[in-house]
Amino acid sequence: MYPSEFDYFAPTSVDEVVKLLQENPDGKIIAGGHSLLPMMKLRLAAPASLIDIGKVPGISGIRTENGNVVIGARTTYDQIMKSDDVKNALPVVVEAAGVVGDIQVRNRGTIGGSIAHADPAADFPAVLLTLNASVNATGPNGQRTIGIDDMFVDMFTTSLEPEELVTEISIPQPAANTGIAYEKFSHPASGYAIVGVGASVTLGADGNVSAARVSVTGAGPVAVRATGTEEALVGQAPTADAVKAAAQKASDGMTFLGDIHAGEEYRAHLTRVFTERALNQAIERARG
Amino acid sequence: MAVTSLFGSSVKRREDPKLITGGGRYTDDVRLPGLLSLAILRSPHAHARIASIDTSAARAMPGVVAVYTGADLADKLAGVPCAWQPKNSEIKVPDYRALALDKVRYVGDGVAAVVANDSYTARDALTKIDVHYETLPVVVKQLDAMKPGAPQLYDSVDNNVAFHFHLEGGDLEAAFRDADLTFSHRIVNQRLIPNAMETRGAVATYDRGSEELTIWCTSQNPHIHRLLLSAVTGISETNIRVIAPDVGGGFGSKIPMFAGEMIAAVIAKDLARPVKWFEDRSENYVATTHGRDHVDDIEVAAMNDGRVVGIKVTAYANMGAYLSTAAPGVPTWLFSVMLGGPYDIRNVSSDVYGVLTNTTPTDAYRGAGRPEATYIIERVMDTVAKKLNLDPTEVRRKNFIPSTSFPYSIASGAIAYDSGDYNLTLDRALEMVDYARAREDQAHARAEGRLVGIGFSTYVEVCGLAPSAAAGAMGFGGGLYESAVVRVHPTGKVTVLTGISPHGQGEDTTFAQLVNSELGVPLNDIEIIHGDTDRIPFGWGTYGSRSTAVGGSALVFAARKVRDKMIKIGAHLLEVSPEEVIFDQGNIHVKGAPDQVKTFGDVALAAYTAWNMPEGVTPGLDETHFYDPVSNTYPFGAHVCVVEIDRETGKADLKRYVAVDDVGNVINPMIVDGQVHGGVAQGLAQAVLETAAYDDNGQLLSGTMMDYAIPKASSFPNFELDRTVTPCPFNPMGLKGAGETGSIASTPALMNAIVDALSPLGIDDLDMPATPQRIWQIVQERKGR
Repeated sequence: MYPSEFDYFAPTSVDEVVKLLQENPDGKIIAGGHSLLPMMKLRLAAPASLIDIGKVPGISGIRTENGNVVIGARTTYDQIMKSDDVKNALPVVVEAAGVVGDIQVRNRGTIGGSIAHADPAADFPAVLLTLNASVNATGPNGQRTIGIDDMFVDMFTTSLEPEELVTEISIPQPAANTGIAYEKFSHPASGYAIVGVGASVTLGADGNVSAARVSVTGAGPVAVRATGTEEALVGQAPTADAVKAAAQKASDGMTFLGDIHAGEEYRAHLTRVFTERALNQAIERARG
Repeated sequence: MAVTSLFGSSVKRREDPKLITGGGRYTDDVRLPGLLSLAILRSPHAHARIASIDTSAARAMPGVVAVYTGADLADKLAGVPCAWQPKNSEIKVPDYRALALDKVRYVGDGVAAVVANDSYTARDALTKIDVHYETLPVVVKQLDAMKPGAPQLYDSVDNNVAFHFHLEGGDLEAAFRDADLTFSHRIVNQRLIPNAMETRGAVATYDRGSEELTIWCTSQNPHIHRLLLSAVTGISETNIRVIAPDVGGGFGSKIPMFAGEMIAAVIAKDLARPVKWFEDRSENYVATTHGRDHVDDIEVAAMNDGRVVGIKVTAYANMGAYLSTAAPGVPTWLFSVMLGGPYDIRNVSSDVYGVLTNTTPTDAYRGAGRPEATYIIERVMDTVAKKLNLDPTEVRRKNFIPSTSFPYSIASGAIAYDSGDYNLTLDRALEMVDYARAREDQAHARAEGRLVGIGFSTYVEVCGLAPSAAAGAMGFGGGLYESAVVRVHPTGKVTVLTGISPHGQGEDTTFAQLVNSELGVPLNDIEIIHGDTDRIPFGWGTYGSRSTAVGGSALVFAARKVRDKMIKIGAHLLEVSPEEVIFDQGNIHVKGAPDQVKTFGDVALAAYTAWNMPEGVTPGLDETHFYDPVSNTYPFGAHVCVVEIDRETGKADLKRYVAVDDVGNVINPMIVDGQVHGGVAQGLAQAVLETAAYDDNGQLLSGTMMDYAIPKASSFPNFELDRTVTPCPFNPMGLKGAGETGSIASTPALMNAIVDALSPLGIDDLDMPATPQRIWQIVQERKGR
């Protein structure tokens, strides 16, 4: 597989990255490269230049700050899976990282790369939507924070400006009595999600659902919240019937993709099935 | 000290350390001074007339050495050859140009070739070639291609039917007239992509002084490549050297003569400079042959006790756009002779239509014809059982050829099975899976509304492809004997030259074990050389599970010639007659007097110094044997699997897989286990994962590994294996061959289990691959009724 010719830059600071992005409008940032390089080798992508952020300090690693887990954009899935901060505060993130690709992908692929690339079938967009994360990005006008709900626009399209670099992802500590789960139906060839559903359920003192966030990836062109399901569940007792009824709404209003392995109707069905499974798992965890 | 015989030992594969630590030397590793890169422009259209080609921009690119079109090669290169043309099949072989002359007929058909200083420039230059195509109507499916008014690929091939083959035995009319039960059924055996880890490629160099062409290529049969290259280039066979270095898998896809290899050879000669052509994976998916792709209409006649008395098959084989090298033999002979399976069915007929379509040509793929036949007969056995409300094992036992009936001539008389004891493998498989218990568990599961199924496959396959007379009768354009040289050096080290061409099967180890067991030489003193036509004797290569049964037998006979000569020399040195000595694991000693001994090394040195030779014995220890077996071999077995289907997703989860195979005597159990594991996984993948899907325009939808689902280690549970041993009576070691058993047996076993799981819903059939979506859809349909 032979990509077409490109220039290569290896900047050593975030400011330098931003400057290079300004100077190279057809440039692409490369971190782990596990999404971009295959596209280049297939000549589906032919960026004029690659800006390798591998040498940029300060955008990798995991820390806990004000109760939030802050993950540097260049942190690999493997590093996430081995982080005690993540294991203790957000075990679902470790689980989800474990179902991304294979060992090689997890060793190279980064969380920032995943969300900036916004592959419609990537796992972490749904995981981070469910966790109500926020994204820190730096551009020509300095730093800003993007709420995850505003991040994903369409297939391979985010609300990042062309000259912005994702630097960090911040995930708040879940409220008490919250259970979170991510359930995935993997594509038999690519290993991406045919459907991946993240669910976060908080139970109130009365035992009823006090808050819920449900997010779906893989099924459609972009990862989305299943707001119909969330609304149907909040205030309800978390019974199997209530979950089933709420999960039926997960596919409402969504648009679906289709390929030779899974057509639109089947993906809509799986969206409902995996929403139910993720919700049940989350509720079980919320009950402790 | 005597060396222990290693026949039957699980010796670790000697070739693996280098292969898994980057020490392998593959075709792509060949580096020659001034090596140029060759890239092929491939048609993006499935059917089109080439109105014009403008190569000027590509030629003008810096680093581009030359650009060739079909017209440039027309006088220098004959068409891609078809070397298996079954007799009496009215076969029409279309002209298959390495680079198309006026029309392209599939996505991937060669249009032009660029030679450049490096691979990147060559590929960039491909994008600068301006081809004006006038697109033509496309036909992708074989049944559509046969319809009146369908797009015609060739003026000379009516209705796109390239051949019609017929094989019949018995009295079908009587069988169907007198049967208690008859039914008909359509079975689809989908198209697959072979997916060898190493794609196809070639490095060619031509010496203008000696007029010699040397070509390294990814071949399963270097001598066949040499023969065919000589035929298509006009270069004398004596001036062509074909080398298959380490080859990264083939599964049949490295048997054929490929356009890319021919183009590399002719351009190397034309430029008198070395060139390398190597496919990337995307090119491999469209340009290397595919496998299977049958639609089979079957009619079955059975009796109420479960006996199957007649089977009629009309097969429509999708050959793709051209007839590849061995392609017509696959759906005809290799398929039709196996339709009776291990069952005593006396009335069998087969009609096979080879149909040309606007798709990548098909050819042999692991099992080649035999999986397609086995899939039919094994699905038939289960269907008969279901229709008669009998247990599928009972129906199989009722039909098995008795172990006392061997050799067993099949209904058409075309072949005779060598030996078998089919109840033996089935008994053992049932014991391992604990069949009674498994059925109880299934009953409990069903009572809970769960979908659990048990599936069987009791198979037999024709292996050890031979003998040459049969090859000739079948229209195969070559022989099927095998050759070996055993060369003992003065120091007692041994070189084996073999005509087979292993590419993952482990003969570097098993052939050394054979030499060890015949001559008593330690493995470290034995080297196995293959794949280089300037070093090895003429051989037909590795396919059809023939390497060890045929090539290994040639080796054993050559080794025995060496041993006989060593006995003569050793006895002479001991001053006794040859009848008075024993050859004991390499040492020759006087009977009853083990201290009067000449070691293997003593005799080897004596043979080469030749100071003191027995009368009439020539110096040296170098023996050649060409071995043509009297018969094929027929491994068999019983595979059982248990699945549970997730009602909500449709996903079939394989719970257990038990495989009991009989491959005759076994040289290296670990290597046979490995072959079975790999084959079973490949066959299971056909059942539930893999499909080469085209859209109606002839575009390959499963064109990358992101879409084409190959099996992974995590796809299946651990397989539970065992073997019984029924030696082949026709070769010296009683070997049957083990390379294809798994892929032949496992596909119907899993499909039978899935259909069994779905049977409470009234589902009695399902097309492959049984993907979650397909299962979910059929369950939805049944619910809706």
